Amino acid sequence: MTGGHVLEVEGLRAEAGGREVVHGVDLVVRSGEVHVVMGPNGSGKSTLAHALMGRPGTEVTAGSVRLDGHELVGRPSWERARAGLFLALQQPIEVPGVQLERMLAEATQTVGDAPGGSPSGGSLADRLRREAGAIGFDERFLVRPLNVDLSGGERKRNEVLQLGVLRPRFAVLDEIDSGLDVDAIRAVARRIESATTEWGLGVLAVTHFHRLLMELRADVVHVMVDGRLVASGDQALAEELEQTGYAAYASER
Amino acid sequence: MPGPETLRRRRAEAVEDLATLPLPSEKEEVWRYTPIDALDLDAHRPVLSAPDAADTRARAFVDGLAADLADRSALVVVHDGWLDRVDRDGLAPGVVVDAATRLGADAGGGVGTVLTGGGDALTRLNDAFFPDAVVVDVPDGVVLEAPIVIVHWAAGLSARGEGLAPAAFPRTVVRVGKNAAASVVEVAAGAPGDARSLVVPVTELSVGDGGRLAHVAVQVLGPSAWYLGRIAATAGRDATLRVFTAGLGAAYGRFRVDAVATGAGASTELRSAYLGTGDQVHDVRTLQDHAAPHTTSDLLCKGAVAGTSRSVYSGLIRVRRGAVRTNAFQTNRNLVLDERAHADSVPNLDIEENDVRCSHASTVGPVDEDQRYYLESRGIPPERAERLIVLGFFDDIVDRSPVPAVLDRLRREVAVRLAGALGLGEGTVSGNG
Repeated sequence: MTGGHVLEVEGLRAEAGGREVVHGVDLVVRSGEVHVVMGPNGSGKSTLAHALMGRPGTEVTAGSVRLDGHELVGRPSWERARAGLFLALQQPIEVPGVQLERMLAEATQTVGDAPGGSPSGGSLADRLRREAGAIGFDERFLVRPLNVDLSGGERKRNEVLQLGVLRPRFAVLDEIDSGLDVDAIRAVARRIESATTEWGLGVLAVTHFHRLLMELRADVVHVMVDGRLVASGDQALAEELEQTGYAAYASER
Repeated sequence: MPGPETLRRRRAEAVEDLATLPLPSEKEEVWRYTPIDALDLDAHRPVLSAPDAADTRARAFVDGLAADLADRSALVVVHDGWLDRVDRDGLAPGVVVDAATRLGADAGGGVGTVLTGGGDALTRLNDAFFPDAVVVDVPDGVVLEAPIVIVHWAAGLSARGEGLAPAAFPRTVVRVGKNAAASVVEVAAGAPGDARSLVVPVTELSVGDGGRLAHVAVQVLGPSAWYLGRIAATAGRDATLRVFTAGLGAAYGRFRVDAVATGAGASTELRSAYLGTGDQVHDVRTLQDHAAPHTTSDLLCKGAVAGTSRSVYSGLIRVRRGAVRTNAFQTNRNLVLDERAHADSVPNLDIEENDVRCSHASTVGPVDEDQRYYLESRGIPPERAERLIVLGFFDDIVDRSPVPAVLDRLRREVAVRLAGALGLGEGTVSGNG
């Protein structure tokens, strides 16, 4: 169940609002690996996340994104999702009148078998309840319209809940830790980590906080400054960043 | 036509008025953006005798609706304005659900007690030609749990039929006494296909001090019908009035809803939904009238237009002198699903008092790109994402129906029409419990 899938990003350049903010990013994430991209605000992390998922308005001008060798650039978001990519949004969108379960029913119906393999047992409703329990997401919110009247933290849990139900091969987590308190970060991090062994989920988490790294064991830490990955290393790199900040990397250029 | 002296006199006066009243014109603000100039009264005839009640399509519709609204206090079936049957099995004692003509000789069933002014030519047409009125009277202190269901069937004239198309003038009067409570569902339906008909109903609602009334009007007529409905309501001291309209059928469908807070502390809530497909025109006009202090009104009107259909929403909040501490809110949201479709939104305020809180908001636009992206990022193809979003847009308003029993039926009516409009099968997405 550990997958053996690979997400390869090569020479990726992307524009948001007509301005290039990602100036060539290379990285490779394999099944079961956790990569964390750290960087200050405005370093291009969110644009990178949306470029991977294909958000309208985020233009990829060069490079490629391949999942198991299949090119994703140029394909619509829903096809990328079907190929096994998932994006947890930094600011999940409110969709009035569309309940979480209804949306997931539609998604699982069109996606077919979850890319990460069929989950063990139970109806969609059962899986929802199980996932909600795992991350402390209040079951009352399961019947609410998507993200409507949810706090920032509840929205983030909602994203991770969807991840658990849809079981993608690779998840891009855009600032999943912002708006969450320490206990919630811990619960969310536990769920994501267990997914890496449960079905071999590969993770690319972008954040500008260190808190996530205290809870989520990263295999690789990347530092993103001014639209480029300027350093990669293990958890020690994050600890170093905690001491020195990003200034050293910014001034190197 | 039948009825006590009061009704006959009213009809005669209305006929007299009609001789001098001009027909509505698109030049008038209240008829702007409508196709009313195309109304040809000479192509229609009032239904002057009880129509054939054996219409099998009517029976099938009524049976279906009765099954959907199994938990009810009473079922009334009206054919082209003529009372066909009243089934009162679930009715609490003391509650009247009957034809005005069967009530006291000079009672008149309270017709004209809410709509006291003369009204425009269409209202006067109803005054002149309604054959009978459905009267609902809930005495002081009586609380009805289950809704009273009234079906207005319009037989219409099939496209191959000869002669004039029938014009029906249904009339409904609902009076809820002091500290009483009731809910009423009125459904206007007609022959499917291209049968022509003109339906001009008038509904009068009055809620006594401390009373509560929920009224739902659903219009699902066939695609060649014209429907020009008027609801006039008053809410007494500390009364609660909730009105919901759903315009789904007809070539041209209009709801005009006037809700007057006449007693201090009264609260009125208006909810309205419309879905235009093909070349339909939907038209909603509302008045939130505050004639007493400490009153509240809240309006939410949501509609979508597809194909080459059009919609008009126009609403006025009026705060009269003396209606201090009024809270009045008005929101209109429109989804435009096709480049050839069009929605107009015209909110208005007329405030004669200082110490009030009023707001209005309106939006007109296509399906939100971020919402679509969000759903697509979960693997849902664009056309299915759009369908989910639009269904959700309607669920968001339909779920606010003050009579929960109609939710499932309304959702289905919306889903079926939307499936046709967006060119998709109904799929597996149905209502959520």
